This record gives sequence, C-alpha cells and structure tokens, in this order.
Amino acid sequence: MSAAEPLLRVEDLRVEFPTDDGVVHAVDGITYEIHRGKTLGIVGESGSGKTVSSLTTLGLTRSQGARVSGRILFEGRDLVALSEEELRAIRGNDIAMIFQDPLSSLHPFFKVGFQLIEAVRAHQDVSKAAARARAVELLGLVGIPDPGRRVDDFPHAFSGGMRQRAMIAMALANEPKLLIADEPTTALDVTVQAQILALMERLQRELGMAIVIITHDLGVVAGLADDIAVMYAGRIVETTSATVLFSQPQHPYTWGLLKSIPRLDGSREDALVPIAGTPPSLINPPSGCHFHPRCPYAQPDHARIDPALEPVPDEPSHHVACLLEPDVRRRVWAELGSGRTPDQAIAAVGLPSVSQPPADLGEESR
Amino acid sequence: MTRYIIRRLLWGVVLLIVVLALLFVMFRVLPTADPAKLRAGRQQSPKIIAEIRHNLGLDKPLLEQFWLYIKNLFLHFDLGYSYYSNAPVKELIFNRLPATISLVLGGAIVWVVTGVGVGIVSARRAGSRLDRASMGTALVLVSAPEYWLGLILLYVFAADIGQVRIFPGAGSYVGLTADPAKWFESLILPWLVVAAGTAAIYARLIRGSLIETMGEDYIRTARAKGLSERRVVLRHGLRSAINPIVTVLGLDIGVLLGSSVLVETVFNIPGIGRLNYVAITHADFPIVQGTVLVAALFIILANILVDIAYAFLDPRVRYT
Repeated sequence: MSAAEPLLRVEDLRVEFPTDDGVVHAVDGITYEIHRGKTLGIVGESGSGKTVSSLTTLGLTRSQGARVSGRILFEGRDLVALSEEELRAIRGNDIAMIFQDPLSSLHPFFKVGFQLIEAVRAHQDVSKAAARARAVELLGLVGIPDPGRRVDDFPHAFSGGMRQRAMIAMALANEPKLLIADEPTTALDVTVQAQILALMERLQRELGMAIVIITHDLGVVAGLADDIAVMYAGRIVETTSATVLFSQPQHPYTWGLLKSIPRLDGSREDALVPIAGTPPSLINPPSGCHFHPRCPYAQPDHARIDPALEPVPDEPSHHVACLLEPDVRRRVWAELGSGRTPDQAIAAVGLPSVSQPPADLGEESR
Repeated sequence: MTRYIIRRLLWGVVLLIVVLALLFVMFRVLPTADPAKLRAGRQQSPKIIAEIRHNLGLDKPLLEQFWLYIKNLFLHFDLGYSYYSNAPVKELIFNRLPATISLVLGGAIVWVVTGVGVGIVSARRAGSRLDRASMGTALVLVSAPEYWLGLILLYVFAADIGQVRIFPGAGSYVGLTADPAKWFESLILPWLVVAAGTAAIYARLIRGSLIETMGEDYIRTARAKGLSERRVVLRHGLRSAINPIVTVLGLDIGVLLGSSVLVETVFNIPGIGRLNYVAITHADFPIVQGTVLVAALFIILANILVDIAYAFLDPRVRYT
C-alpha cells in the first residue's frame, strides 16, 4: 500500500431513510478522505448529516433501514459492500467510535471493567484475566486515577468526564487505526471539554491513529483538526485545511459559523451574528443552493442552480460549493473579517442586495 | 440493607394483622351462613346450636375472639381448628402447600420461558407476520378465563374424557416424593393453564421493553464495539428489558400461591386454593382465615423479595 493512499476514502456517499413522511436524504453525496495519523473535523448544525455519515461508516445505520449508496473505502476495502459479519470484525477493532453522551452510552447495569473486557475480548482471543489487566491499563492510559479500583465501579459512580474517558478507553481497546468521535465534548462542561480534547490529542500522538471528529463547534476542531469539512443539509459545502478555513473561508455558511463563535479577545461591543432561519428539511430540501433561503448574499438565480463542490482558483486543496464569484467571496470575507455586518459587507462589495433579510425563510423549505 | 429488610418485615407483620382484622369483620359481622347451624346437623335445636357456638368460641365478644386468634397465632403459631373436620388448620395448610407450590412454580417456569422467548422474537421482528400472530395469540390467551381454558384442555387431551388422550385428567395429582414421573405428567395441563394468560402478558411486556431498550445509546455502543448481534440483544438488551418482568414475576407468584383457586378446582388438585374453596362453601372460618393469611404472607414476602432483587438488578438502587 502506497503512503499516498488514504486510510479512509468516502466517495459520493448517500444515505436515505424511508419514512412515513417521505424519504429523508440524510447524507446527499459526500466525498472526503483521511490519511493515517491525521485528523479530519466534520462541522455542521444538527441534522446536517454528519452523525449519520459516520454511523454509516461502521454500518450502524443498517439496522435502522437506511438505503446506502456510494463507497466507503477503508484500506482499500469497500465497507458498504461488506457483510454484517465482516463489518463486525472491523467495528471496535480497526475503526472505533465514541459518542456524544457518555452518560447514556455506557450500559448502566454492567461494571465499567466488564464493558472494557468485553471490548477487548470481542476481537482478541485472550483470557479474562489478561483482558482485565488490559482494561486497567486502558483506564490508566486515559487518565482515570486508581484504575485498579475504579475498574470495578458501575458507570453511575463515574463523573461525566470520567465516563467519556472510559468510552475513549473502550474505543482504544484494540488500538484502532481510525477513531470516529461524534460530538465527544458536547455533553461535558467547558473545563472537562478541554481535558478530553487534550487527551485525544495526546493519544493520537502516542498511538498514531487517525481521528474523525464530528462537531457543531468550530472551536473544538480549531486546535485539533488538520482538515475540516463543513456540512450543510447532507452535503459538504466547503473543505480545506484548518488553517485556510479559519483564515480564508469561502462559503457564506462557514462565515456564519465563524461569526457566531464568541471570542474572548474580541471587543465586548462585537455582537455575535447568528445564522438566520432554521436548518432545512431533509425530505424536501430547498431548490438550487440548499443554503439560499438563509444566505444574506443569495442572488435570484441561486434558488435555481445547484452548486457543485469545486476547487477554489489557485487553491487546489480548497473546495467550495458556492455560486458567488470567487473574487466576490474574497472581498465579502475581507469586509466581514474587519468587523462589518453582512449588510454592510453587501453594500461595500456592491452586491445587489436581496430585498429582505432572510430571517424566517427557513420555513419556506418545510 | 439489613435494617431495610427488618423494617420491611415488621411492616409486613402489621399488614398481616390488618388483613386478619378485615377478615374477622367480613366473616363475623357481615351476613353469612352461621357455622354453628351448619355444624348442628339435622337435629337442630337452639340449645344445641348455642352449645356449639360456645364450644367454637363464637359467643365471645368479637374483640376477644380476635385477640385470642392473634395470641394463639403469635405465641403458638396456632391457626385454630376446622369447624367442619376438627383438624388443625396449620396441618391442613401445610399438607396442601406442596401441591400449590408445584403448580405455581412449575407454571412460572413455563410462563417465563415462553413469555420471554416469544417476546424477544417478536421484538426483533416487530411488525412481521410472526410478531402479529404472536401478539394476536397473546391477546386471546389473556382474554381466556382459566376455568374455560382448563375445561377445554381436559376435553381435548385428558386421559379419561379427552378426544386425544395424551395427558392424565382431573384428580390425577400425585405428590412429587411419591412418584416424580406421575407428578410431572399430572401437572402438565394445569401448568399450561396457569401459564397461558401470564405468558401472554410477559410476551407483550418483554416485547415493548426490549424494543425500547434497543433504541438506547448503550446498545449502539455495544454494536460499535463489534459484539455479535446475538450478544447485543441477549446480553445488553435483555439485561435492561428484563427488569419490569422481575417485578411482576415476584408479585404473580406471590398472588398465585394464595389464590390458584380456579385451576386447582378444575383439575382437582389438593392445594391451598381448593382447600379455601371448600372451606368457603362450609363457612369454615378458621380455614378461610388461615388460607387468606398464608396468601397475604406470600404476597408481602414476594413484595419484599422483589424490592431486594431490584437492588441487585439495578446497581443504582440503594436502600437505607
């Protein structure tokens, strides 16, 4: 296997759920890849398809009646085409996953140690005693104090942060090549968030695994991710390296996300700018550019034309799906970056302003 | 935990005394057949009846009767004597207990195994034909009265009156120690009848509980670990889904031990239920009191056991 071949490559992945109200297009043709030892951040609002796409990687949407198309190549094998039994051998072994809510993700009636031992023995033919020793070692690795004693605790005796540490320990049981972390810090308070992120960074350095971190919070991926993919309504609307995304973002949705992060170093007078409207329906997504009902910069024909994810001129690793001219996008971001509001930026750049602010147009897509 | 159990047991004793008081009021104050008259035979005269009344202690004031009963019960574990046969009630009950316990515990095994089994299969294939057929059958079984189901089974399968004579019929009960094989044979039909309705309820209960559990986050974790689906369902899913079953199981067994009147009567099994039934028809107060007392005792104990079991089932539960 050549060094250039990605560890995981997702190609045109589509995941649909037939429901009584119609087909939910949870993931609508996304493509991304991640290399060994690297970190990819997938960012988006609730319902943008980020969790579904990662659950599908492990085949965990199969039992919910999902229709999956496209390819998920892991070390060259297409996970979509694998049998349940073949996938099971990969789950928790080559690819492990941790979840948003550590309080409900551990079984309340089994001891933490039992759940760790189970994870080890699901993929390794070792004795219970050896697996238990490994469980204690893992708890120590993720920074649980006195692991030899805590291994016999039930999850309810652990704090939220400790439970997420235990979840991480469980994910690491078989030294996976890829760790998928789905909102790993969302349910935790802020100081614990930082600890968990630091832990993940340290473990990645020590174990050399690749990480896909899924979050709605750009602040979480800022220090951690090498590359970032921004998802909206089941699609990737912008993807590039983390540095470029924070310095030269090209998509209005990314701008919205960046402008809605509170900053400690900003002036107290700087108001946060929320993204107006609500996330679109995934059963009947808006026509044209899916973001146009909420986009302050949308032009009349954006409701008609569906933008493709295309490279930004002169930036081959930066892709964006936006109908604005690249030059216009640069100038708008320059205005926004210097503290102007979207309306002021529109005026400064000379964009024909759409009559009304798109505050509640989200309803239109219902 | 020990303090908790002792407290619960003491409350249980209080509850038993309340039950006894209610029984005294029900049988001695409310209109009922006069046991002295029933006992007097054909040559009844007011004098004889009064004599019998005196011998049975029925002429004493009600409170005194109650006090004597409680005193004998707690000091000598004496439940009195049958008005009808003069046999000690304690002995009558103890002689009948093995039959009732055989019936109820055997039935419980049948209803737990079938109920939980059918419930799991239905939950895993919710909405399928198999699921709908199982739940439909369950509805029929829940609705079928025991005496009706018992008579139907006897009519179809009993060795004496049946159409297909496979199983021994009514009145064939033999003690376990006397002949284990015959004991087992004679109880097959009664077990099925006792179990039918309860198994149906358990199947529905497990089905609902398991479907709910399988949507929990920790089930997703179990799958993400790479456990087999079988282990995910039977270990992680069932472990949570089984809790409501334990509650009702304890109570169901407790209730049935004291009140399997219909099944014991239909199949002519010499248990507590039939003893009670016969005693009621003879206005044999001491026996009725004794059997109801035993029934209440079983229910109270079952309740305490269920609560203790819960502390083991759910590590988050702590009693003080």
